[in-house]
Amino acid sequence: MDSGTLLARITDYASRPDPYPLYTELRAAGPVVPQSDGSLLVGGYHEVAALLHDPRMSADPRSRGLVTAKPPFLRLDDPEHHRLRTLAMRPFGPPHTPHRVDGMRAEIANITKELLAPFESGGQVDVVDDFAYPLPVTVICRLLGVPHEDEPLFRAWSDTLVASADLRPDAASAPRDEAERARAEMGGYLVGLSEQRRDEPGDDLLSAFVSEPDPELRLTREELAETAVLLLIAGHETTVNLITNGVLTLLRHPEELDRLRREPGLMPRAVEELLRFEPPVHMRERVPLADFDVAGITLPQGSSVILALAAGNRDPRRFRDPDRFDPTRPDNQHLGFGSGIHLCYGAPLARLEAQSALTALLPRLATAELVEDPPPYRQNAMLRGPRHLSLRL
Amino acid sequence: MPDELTDGRIVIVGASLAGLRAAEALRDQGFTGSLTVVGDEPHPPYDRPPLSKQVLLGIAPADSTGLPMRRDPKAEWLLGVKATGLDPLGKRVLLDNGESLPYDRVLIATGTRARPWPNPEEAALDGVFTVRTREDAAGLAARLDAGPRRVLVIGGGFTGSEIASACRERGLEVTVTERGPAPLVGALGGTLSKLAAVMQRNHGVDLRTGVTVTRLLGDGSFTGVELSDGSRVDADVCVVALGAVRNVEWLAESGLAAGPRGLACDAGCRAFTMYGIVTDDVFVAGDVSRFPHPLFGYQMLSLEHWGNAVTQAEVAAHNMVSPGPLRRPHLALPTFWSTQFGLNIKSVGVPTYSDHVVIAQGSLEARRLAMVYGYRGRCTAAVTVDMAKSLDYYQHLIETAAPFPPPPGAADRAIAAEITIPSDVPDPSVLSHGPTVALTGYLPDRRLTVV
Repeated sequence: MDSGTLLARITDYASRPDPYPLYTELRAAGPVVPQSDGSLLVGGYHEVAALLHDPRMSADPRSRGLVTAKPPFLRLDDPEHHRLRTLAMRPFGPPHTPHRVDGMRAEIANITKELLAPFESGGQVDVVDDFAYPLPVTVICRLLGVPHEDEPLFRAWSDTLVASADLRPDAASAPRDEAERARAEMGGYLVGLSEQRRDEPGDDLLSAFVSEPDPELRLTREELAETAVLLLIAGHETTVNLITNGVLTLLRHPEELDRLRREPGLMPRAVEELLRFEPPVHMRERVPLADFDVAGITLPQGSSVILALAAGNRDPRRFRDPDRFDPTRPDNQHLGFGSGIHLCYGAPLARLEAQSALTALLPRLATAELVEDPPPYRQNAMLRGPRHLSLRL
Repeated sequence: MPDELTDGRIVIVGASLAGLRAAEALRDQGFTGSLTVVGDEPHPPYDRPPLSKQVLLGIAPADSTGLPMRRDPKAEWLLGVKATGLDPLGKRVLLDNGESLPYDRVLIATGTRARPWPNPEEAALDGVFTVRTREDAAGLAARLDAGPRRVLVIGGGFTGSEIASACRERGLEVTVTERGPAPLVGALGGTLSKLAAVMQRNHGVDLRTGVTVTRLLGDGSFTGVELSDGSRVDADVCVVALGAVRNVEWLAESGLAAGPRGLACDAGCRAFTMYGIVTDDVFVAGDVSRFPHPLFGYQMLSLEHWGNAVTQAEVAAHNMVSPGPLRRPHLALPTFWSTQFGLNIKSVGVPTYSDHVVIAQGSLEARRLAMVYGYRGRCTAAVTVDMAKSLDYYQHLIETAAPFPPPPGAADRAIAAEITIPSDVPDPSVLSHGPTVALTGYLPDRRLTVV
């Protein structure tokens, strides 16, 4: 087949259940594979990792001439990216708040337990809608300090936003307008809530954001709303996919599932292996800020370079026996959270949620059966995961 | 024969980071024979970087930095026992308890110790410290807890600067004396050392450069120092941070190529004899070694880096149980890090192997930058200040001998990214503290005097 159509074939919905043979073809086609639409596709581990660290690669869509509003820090370059990410990190992680995520351990376990209460033997459940989907949004609400009674409100906005991110290519634009409205309403709500928190601070992220005394270190209202929305969107579907892919992978590998039930201490490593084997984020786009060569092929300034993280994760030049799911894999420096300056901001939280969710599910998975394999997938090829995952318990 | 190599008797002399990691790696590599680890300190292996940081800040007790064992190396640990000699013909390690250990292969990982204050009587004054061991750090931390009026740090290298930083963070008055023109100049060269000086002064350090301490004062207890410029500084605590001395004295009669710069070995971690002949049963790893590196003109490098102890120990262990053609070279690029005065400093390559530098990203004003070092038109090192995530990119440039200055295009490229300036790396004999990287080979256009 023509390697210039690889991206089109990968994004074709029919490839969603198993894109991995295409990634093998991609790595075999060369380090940089030009596509018929003018973009360049990269799938080797070492090349992807090098480009994620290359300061000449922009994450900002405006670098390739797209006219758009200033994106959130996920798609900004340094130094502005650094400023915003550092401010957003202050109340969330080390060095200023090293215990935030770990401190949520008990809370996450409780949320998990509540969600799993209706999972009874003999019943049929949808892992996505009944468990993996509500978990991260509830965790984000608690993290931000959204009052319990407002959680349904927050979930409704979140549903709209997440649905709009998974449109079929031929879908009408109406949901996008709805999503913009939801985004604006959620932003407004969060700004309002943070005003309240200024007067009555709690032990949550919004309170920490607004009670920062140093104006240099304080996010503006707009930045605050944007950051909170970013945390929700970027942290939501990815976590859903991680948990769902985890359940699916464990059920497809009963021996490993058995082993995890015997040795639950292996779970943190199993989650790392999941991030390699079935990562939630399959591809990211970058834009060269200058012409430069990779393995003898020029990446032109302003071109669209698609880095296939999921293909790098299965590169036999980096991982021995890459198509095997091995929860005890040593030296597992996967690209599941990306790498470089945009390395996933929420990674510690995602890890904890996935470990907690899968550990809680383990006893129920012993007798569970997949109703449909492969399950129906979401449209999105970049953020890949099942839309539903029905189990008979 | 491979079967024989995975069996037999291996002795590791040195029970710190390199010794532990080598022991683990030997078992990982399938070594099933007897393994003995000799260490002169009474403790199981522990981590030293926190001793000049978290321990002095009171965040972590000195006895809490034990190194985790990633697997049980099933070794016999002789702790609190000092090796006093090596008999390469009889294949025995001699111990200070009068016993000796027979070996088939031996790994020397005895590391370094703190260079003491040269005058033993002054060094013995109460309140005078060096920081190398757990006991050193515990003693100094206790003294800092007591709230001294001023701490005097002799030497503005990494250890001295980190200690000064910890003192300032605790609100203690600190004076740092440095014989060179600025702190860290020996490791990082002129430009970044100026930033280091500004950071120290901005954080309230009384920094004295271009001076030496001529005398420690006190009658029983330390009370202050006299400086070479005739001035006097009163202080309650003195920290001597004059670099490290390699623990090679015990090898004096061994016939091995051991000297003040360490024990020389080949790229496969095999020790040389004093005649320059390579051995095949004596291996070296960690701070005590000096080894040739192809990226730096095959000069012998002596490093005092945590990461080098780990990678070299792993290569040494692999080679100890592998037949010739399967042996690996130790080619890892030197890397190190330091945290001080709120800054995270990371380095890759050998900054002292340079003639020019350029600020490739960020700026001195922002206190956030990537500085790239070049030697004769190629990249040889990079140092980042609060920009650690860029380091992998520069590491790739160094490994591939990319042209210097590095190519343009970075989003946060410095305005002056094409203006190279002399790297201004001093002759190490000028510094108060020893260099943490020493090039000890032949470099005709540079005067790097063997100290």
